[in-house]
Order: sequence, then C-alpha cells, then structure tokens
Amino acid sequence: MGPLIPDSRFPSHSTSAPAVGDGYLLEVQGLKKHFPIRKGLLGRTVGYVYAVDGVSFAIRRGETLGLVGESGCGKSTIGRCLLRLYEATDGQIFFQGMDISKLSPGEMIQFRTRIQMIFQDPYSSLNPRLRVREIIGESLRVHNLVPQGDWQDRVRELLAEVGLQPDHMARYPHEFSGGQRQRIGVARSLAMNPDLIVADEPVSALDVSIQAQVINLLDSLKDKHGLSYIVIAHDLAVVEHISDRIAVMYLGKLVETARDRDLYLNPKHPYTEALLSAVPIPAPGGRERRKSRKLIQGDVASPINPPSGCRFHTRCLKTMEECRRIDPPLIEIGPEHHVACLLWGGGRS
Amino acid sequence: MAEIPTSNPEIDEAAPSVLSLVLRKMWHLRMGVLGALLIFCLIFIALFCPYVSPHDPFKQDITKRLWKPAFMEGGKAEYLLGTDHLGRDLLTRILYGTRISLVVGLAAVILMLTVGVTLGLVAGYFGGRADAVISFLVNCMMGFPFILLAMSLVAVLGASLQNIIIALGLTGWPVFTRVTRIETMKLRDREFVLAAKSLAFSTRRILVRHILPNLLPAILVLATVEVARAIIRESLLSFLGLGIQPPTPSWGVMLAEGRDYMLLQWWLAAFPGMAIFMSALGINLLGDALRDLVDPYLRKT
Repeated sequence: MGPLIPDSRFPSHSTSAPAVGDGYLLEVQGLKKHFPIRKGLLGRTVGYVYAVDGVSFAIRRGETLGLVGESGCGKSTIGRCLLRLYEATDGQIFFQGMDISKLSPGEMIQFRTRIQMIFQDPYSSLNPRLRVREIIGESLRVHNLVPQGDWQDRVRELLAEVGLQPDHMARYPHEFSGGQRQRIGVARSLAMNPDLIVADEPVSALDVSIQAQVINLLDSLKDKHGLSYIVIAHDLAVVEHISDRIAVMYLGKLVETARDRDLYLNPKHPYTEALLSAVPIPAPGGRERRKSRKLIQGDVASPINPPSGCRFHTRCLKTMEECRRIDPPLIEIGPEHHVACLLWGGGRS
Repeated sequence: MAEIPTSNPEIDEAAPSVLSLVLRKMWHLRMGVLGALLIFCLIFIALFCPYVSPHDPFKQDITKRLWKPAFMEGGKAEYLLGTDHLGRDLLTRILYGTRISLVVGLAAVILMLTVGVTLGLVAGYFGGRADAVISFLVNCMMGFPFILLAMSLVAVLGASLQNIIIALGLTGWPVFTRVTRIETMKLRDREFVLAAKSLAFSTRRILVRHILPNLLPAILVLATVEVARAIIRESLLSFLGLGIQPPTPSWGVMLAEGRDYMLLQWWLAAFPGMAIFMSALGINLLGDALRDLVDPYLRKT
C-alpha cells in the first residue's frame, strides 16, 4: 500500500516522516499546492504561487498538532487541502491508511464527516440567513446522523456542549458575539462526529480575553470525543497551550517539527528561535531574555518566486554560503524532533 | 408629603404596546407603507374593476366623444375623467388597464427571475467556461437594443398578451444574471460556503440554501424595479402598436390613442401616464422597504 513505500520524489520524508503504518489517523506525504497565476485574455498561466511545496507530517489519534507560521506561508492552504476544499497539486493524504487525495466527490462523502474544520472568521463562517438551529442541525438532517425528529434535541445537546444555551437555537448569528459565534462553529463541526478537526486560526479574530475560553473549550472537547486537532495559528502562544506537537512552517515548507516542550525549550531552527523570541514576555524578570531577543527582519519572501536553496536564508541570522544553494530536507535529530536546516547536518551527508 | 409612586416608570417604558411598536415600525418605513398602499390599491382595482368602474370599457358612443373631465368646465360628473375619441369612459378604461399592467409586469419578471437567476448562479459559482459563455451572452443581450429585440420577437410570435410577456421576459433577464453572478462570486469564497462544502452538502443545496437566500435582498430590490420597468415597457410596446392591441384597454394603447389629441384633449394621454407613473412609484417604494425588512442585519428584535 502506498503509505508503506517511501517515495523518492520527496526526499524529505525518506529520513524524516515518522514510521508509517503504526496507527496514524492522518498522514500527509509530499503535499503540494501550486496556484496558477493567469494573465491576459486567454488566461495563460504565467507562473505559480507555491503555497505549499512538499509537506509531510502525520497525526496520531487523540493528538493535537499545532501548525505555526507567518501569514502567507501556506498553513491555511494545507488545512483546506486536507478537507479537499482545494485539490492538492501533488502528494498524498492518508486517512486511516486510505489515500483520500484522489477520491471523487462521491467517494469523499464518507470522509467528509470524519474531518471537519473550524474557520478563522466567525463573522464570515456562519450563514447570516440561517438560525442557529439550522446552522448546527442541517448536517444532522441531510446526512441522517440522528433519527428523524431527534435533530433538534441533538442541537440542544451540542449547544450545551459548547457552552451555549438551548434557547439560542432560534436566534440568528448576528445576535451573538465573536466568541459565541465561534462556539456555534465548533458545535457545527461536532455535529458530524468527526475524528479530526482542522482549526484554522480558531481564535485570531477574537478578543484576547475570549481566546483562552475557546482554546479551553477545544481542549475539553478533545478528550470527551476522542478528537484529534490540527490547530493552525500564526501565534505560538495560542498553540502552545493545546498542542502535543508543533510544526513550524516557512514559505510552503516545514522547517521544524517537535514535541511541544522540546520546541519551546530547545528550538533548533533559526526561524523557530526567532518566532519564540517574538512571543511577548509578560514577567518583569524577562528583561534579560528580552535583551537577547533574536528578531528577524523584513517580510516573508514571495511564494511566487521563492529563494533558492534554503528558503529562509534571505532572513536568517545564521545564514551561511551553502544555504543559498542547498535546500535542506527535514531530518530527524531527536525523538520526534525534525529540523530542516544545514546547521543541523541536513543535506550535507 | 411626597407621594410614593405606585409603579416604576422605567418598567412601564420597557414594555411598549404592540400597537405602538407597529406604528413606530410603520413610521420608520413610511415610504414603504405609502408604496404598499399604492400597490394594494392597484391589486384591489385589478381584481374588482368590473365592480368599481362606472361604465363598460368597450362601449362606444360617438355622441359622447371627447368629453372633458368632470373637474373642467363643461365636464360631466358621470364621466369623471372624460371620454376618449370613441366616447368610451376614460376612468373605466384606466381601471381595466391595471389588470393588463399587473399581469404583464409580474409574469414577465417571474420569467426573467427564473432564467436570469439560474444562469447567474451557475456563472458565479462555477466560474470558468460556464461563466465565460454566460457572461458573453449577457453582454450580447445588453448591447442589443431592447426595442429591436422585442419587435422581432413580437413580429415572429405575433402580438398577444402571452407573447408580450415572453418578449419582455426574454429581453429582461440579463440584469438579473449580472447581479446574481457578481453576488454569487462574492459569496462563493465566504467561509460559510466553505463550511457547507466541508459538511459534504451537495452543490445544489449550497446554491439553493446557502447562496440564494443571501442574494434575496439584492434580487428582490431589482425585481421590484423590473416589475415597474416591465409595466413601462409594455406601455411602450403597446404605444408602438407592438403590444396589446386595441380595443383592449392597456395604458400604453391609451397613451398612443391620446397622442393625437395631446394639444386640446391633454387628459387622454395625461391620465394613463399618471397611472403608469403611480404604479411604478408604488412598486419602487415597496421594493426599497422590503429590502430593509428582509435583511437580518437591519431587522431588530
């Protein structure tokens, strides 16, 4: 079967991807998504946006993977590819060992209920013309997830689970605050009884005071329903709290994946270091650390014309001559700790 | 000694009566209420014109031709708006004309909606080749002079009420396609549509349940404007002799007949013209108010 054979087209995971077949819920291999740029009358393709360019990772059942990176690095694109909202240009997505990246829409339906998504903007993710009852309950009725006639009771249950009142059912989305709306979005995903929820920047549109509530809600639902999460965020502080493992992404590629604590205490990739330095330090004693901050300069390079070699070399504080030429693969440097950087031996062997 | 208040004024204020709420709402939408009243009158007249009109719209009497309206010197109270060149009562004919206008306006717009919105949804949602073909068609239709198209259609099909409706419907749909297409494109990439996709809903369901209701305000406003426009266009076609044929009392036919007497018997053209104006105005006012009502953002609980 596909996932058992290392694919030579994607050199990164011959060394990097965790051993396959040992009960991963979701496994992504060499995922690529290139958006064509069309110009002119005839819609000639003049180039591509290399949004996701060869990404491999895997998630166990019950695990939470944080996917972190600056805006425009392709993390949302990965999320949408997983749900097949976008068609991947290349690569495979294995869900419980089955490649779902090439399934037809009809065959996909059974998996659609298994993977759900929570969206970034709670003001745009709920249909303004439907009552909450309909927003949450529509999938129950369409896919016959509960016996007919019971769907309203199920909606009440779901509302209670996400911390809303049952009588909120009859209201429209615009009557709710951002945090409440995001809870409705969570309930809508839960209605499908998913195994995996892709949360695309679930709190970045919310007030800071509300963010923790929603994060805690996600955390509490995880054990109760045996969920796995992919939490996409641009802010390390957000994923820190709920992730088991974190994958750091830069310009369409993973640069480092590690267990939560390893990443925070022992970041290897200069980009991860820089991201961690950028996390605000609230304690007064953090002044010393503040001085030693290593902040990167400039903007993310263009994904239309990515830099040669290591994509981060244009902004890296430790850039070397070889970085311009060699694109380092993701290699394992410790238990579940992978880095794509020449400093750690990648690509030299 | 100060009297102890028996009731809390704040609580009294917090519970206004239903009547006052309704009145406040009506004041808020006063133009819409005016429009609704006008439309109500139109529908009432259309339904009951045999009972409310004083005379027979077809009965000619040469001895009574070109009588002045009642309010002018020499006018007769019996013929409130005077008589036309064949001695028929003008008021009666205007009242009967509402039937034609309403039927043509509504039926033509329903036809436009069916064709236009369907094509607009397809073009906007699927994009690509479907969009290219439909957009090209729309641009062709928009560039083609309405009168020429309607004339050729009527010439081919023959002038009858049914064919007028078909001609108006087949020439009017592109506006709906344009609006629907643009709005659909905007909605297509909204997260709630992505959410509906990830909930594995069929494309049909996404279009009908998730996109179409969000288009309603825009379409509704356009539809009311188009009803008014269809009424005016029917008058125009009838005026040119391509529409409703005399002696059927259509406002356009009456305008055309009145044209010959414009200098001295101005009322023959003026009153049918007023009727066209009032109905178009009423429909437009109502459409505006309806848009405010159906928009959940504006709807306060």
